[in-house]
Amino acid sequence: MIGVRAVADNRVRCPNLLAIGLLCPALLLILLAFLGPLAIDLATAVRDPQLSAALPESAALLRAWHGGGLPDEAVFASVAHELAASESAGNIGPLARRLEFERSGSGSLLLLTARAELVAPYAAAMAALDPRWANPTLWQRLRRDAGGVTPLYLLRVLDLDIGDAGSVVSAPPDRAIFRRLFARTFGIGLVVTVLCVMLGYPAAHALATLPPRWAAPGLAFVLVPLWISILVRGTAWFILLQRDGPVNAALLASGLVPQPLALLFTRFAIILAMVHALLPFMILPLVGAMRRIDPACLRAAASLGATGPQRFLRVYLPMTMPGTAAGMLIVFILSVGLYITPALVGGRRDQMASAFIAEYAKLDVNWGMAAALAIVLLVVAGLIVGLARMLLPRGATARQF
Amino acid sequence: MRAALRCYTALLLLLLVAPVLVVLPLSFSSGTLLALPVPGWSWRWYEDFFTGGPWMLATRNSFEVAAMTALLATPLGTAAAIGLRLGRFRGRAIVLALLTAPLAVPIVVTAVALYFAFARIGLNGTLAGLILAHTVLALPYVVLTVLAALRDFDPLLPRAAASLGAPAWFAFRAVTLPLIAPSVAASALFAFAISFDDLIVALFVAGPEQFTLPRRMLAGLRESLDPTLCAAAVLLTAVSLLLLGAARILRPRGLFITEIR
Repeated sequence: MIGVRAVADNRVRCPNLLAIGLLCPALLLILLAFLGPLAIDLATAVRDPQLSAALPESAALLRAWHGGGLPDEAVFASVAHELAASESAGNIGPLARRLEFERSGSGSLLLLTARAELVAPYAAAMAALDPRWANPTLWQRLRRDAGGVTPLYLLRVLDLDIGDAGSVVSAPPDRAIFRRLFARTFGIGLVVTVLCVMLGYPAAHALATLPPRWAAPGLAFVLVPLWISILVRGTAWFILLQRDGPVNAALLASGLVPQPLALLFTRFAIILAMVHALLPFMILPLVGAMRRIDPACLRAAASLGATGPQRFLRVYLPMTMPGTAAGMLIVFILSVGLYITPALVGGRRDQMASAFIAEYAKLDVNWGMAAALAIVLLVVAGLIVGLARMLLPRGATARQF
Repeated sequence: MRAALRCYTALLLLLLVAPVLVVLPLSFSSGTLLALPVPGWSWRWYEDFFTGGPWMLATRNSFEVAAMTALLATPLGTAAAIGLRLGRFRGRAIVLALLTAPLAVPIVVTAVALYFAFARIGLNGTLAGLILAHTVLALPYVVLTVLAALRDFDPLLPRAAASLGAPAWFAFRAVTLPLIAPSVAASALFAFAISFDDLIVALFVAGPEQFTLPRRMLAGLRESLDPTLCAAAVLLTAVSLLLLGAARILRPRGLFITEIR
């Protein structure tokens, strides 16, 4: 064997070079089509291009302005001209939406000003049109918005806001919905994860200790739902839980309830359908870990006098920890990113972070908010994966995950 | 005690599979509502599926995107797994973490990030964009599946072949590939299935012309709620089960999805 190695080393001089060559295409794909987009997501959360895009000259003037009191007539004139030009060019929409998002009413003020036919002196004309133009805080806000970078979106997803003085303040109550959204998202994720462990652990143990003849068909019942699309399984629950659906029909027929229950579009329906969707991801790593346990360990513990509960708590449970942790990690990460199940069977007030991300990105065209919400999910998921890696023995998650 | 545990497990496994069956009778319903019991039986919703333009377009898109994803992700992931196994450089753990990173990120985050990135280069609303996105999602599964097959693979084998005069490519084809072929084929099926089942990336990246079957089904659930979407669900499930059956015949080693046999 040593001879083979020596000769082979002569022929294949650089196995590392070959290995790196083989790795490069996949790494390039991850870099360009995964890490790159994540970086763009981070950038989108802090980018603030609308004012510079719609009013380039005014943005430059505002950036150069010292920021005290009211700006010069030149700034007023530039804003008035560029607003009118932007309005007639039809590209004022993004800026109006951007300002309206920051302060209710400022978008309409912008449109009103753009459509007014103003004449010099512009400072007086604009103040006469709407007294807010004579208010320094509006101009300071515009000066900040001209900067090209804003913490606004990241603050808003934490229920914070930029105050008139530019300091961080609490968001107005009607907009402070995001802490509750994340509490709901991660709370539902946690409940689903815990339910999956509690339901899956005993079943995984039974599956791991089945005689081989029964093990394959038993596991097929876990694999089949895993391969069936989550959308199909969500659709099934949508049909089952309807007011006149089979579940209510069965409950009525059995006399358990006097009238049909409102099951669909409830928190209960979300958790039921999510546990159903994600349970296979919990059971499979558990079965894998349980099968690796040598039964001799438990016999050894018994021979040393350990009682049943002791054998479970001190021997079996710690030995299944890698599988349990990997399963919990997978279920939690999948559940906080799940879109379809809550969208199908959840009520409007039970929607999770993914639904808000989709709505902001696709319907509201407020990319900053979509990106900022995604960052919170990413950071929390990263913290949880990191924590699991730290707490678990080396390689435990890598082997399973 | 053991009997009770087995009864519980049997009940749980039954509950895992049973709910899906509800779409089967509805897809053969003669009525127009998604309600049970069905008033009678008919093939009309399958007819609707196979003659309806949007559904057939979605089917074609789904197969095309999934096949291209498998064609791209399988060689990329297989090469990377072999590289990880052969290489003797430091930092291989980091490389593996990078290659499997899409598994550790909530999928909606990946989807929205790709949507922003694709918006800059005009890939939103194209099949190429959808294929690229699905390839990223499928790559970790291919890497892990092939890596598991290589766990017991002796890296001296291709080097022994080389010492006997085999060129590197021939050594790979004659020695390495036959040993890992079942896992490579299974990983191609995973890649196909991951693309075929994806909804969330399609939700962000695909326009109406690129609707895949799951995306089309979601549109059906939001708009018309007719049993055609149950017929689509049955057909989607049939494809999934065919893929699962094929993957199990191949009996690849490793990765939790099939590790347990």
